[in-house]
Amino acid sequence: MKVSVRFFALYRERAGVSQTEVELPEGATPNELLIQLRSEYSSLPMSDSVLIAVNSEYARPEAPLHEGDEVAFIPPVSGGQT
Amino acid sequence: MIYITSEPLSPQAVTDLVCKGSNGAVITFLGTTRDFSEGRDVLYLEYEAYQPMAENMLHQIVEEVRERWGIEDMAVAHRIGRLEVGEISLVVALASPHRKEAFEASQYAMDRIKEVVPIWKKEVFQGGEAWIGSPEEEATTPTP
Repeated sequence: MKVSVRFFALYRERAGVSQTEVELPEGATPNELLIQLRSEYSSLPMSDSVLIAVNSEYARPEAPLHEGDEVAFIPPVSGGQT
Repeated sequence: MIYITSEPLSPQAVTDLVCKGSNGAVITFLGTTRDFSEGRDVLYLEYEAYQPMAENMLHQIVEEVRERWGIEDMAVAHRIGRLEVGEISLVVALASPHRKEAFEASQYAMDRIKEVVPIWKKEVFQGGEAWIGSPEEEATTPTP
């Protein structure tokens, strides 16, 4: 199955692209996608703080993906500094 | 009413969206860009959004405020793109019959916006730039 992946902010800069498409085995999870992406985008700073969104909603990293899903890796947002 | 725009924000325009006769208290919060952050002189800032998701999350926060405080009149505007120091990056306006719930709801909304809405801020300072919120060693890139 094919999913589209979007990178934002720090992850976009480090990946050098804002989006890409990835071929995955049926039922693969965002965690597995992340492992695969790291082999291609080794400079991606995928720390433990990474959050995942699937189709514009926060999602669990172990929930299976589906054909055509849009997966976004969400860097930490600004935090309460204002 | 929520929106994300690269145009300058008007606090009055956002406030006008929530003003009506049944409301005795109106709070408008402005988030502005600072000139000095973590010991660095900031030159300008860049905001980036995952726009459809950011809009979803803002709608969700408006809904949470409605459920928790019964506040029906709330508006949020967030600016993205390049902002100079001292400009307004965020306007949150909400109105209710009395001030207590308006203050509480306003504080809550701000905390939630900072926590869950996928909008990122990059500070560009003398000698480098940094995405705010990411761990320092990952986020800071020196200018060549």
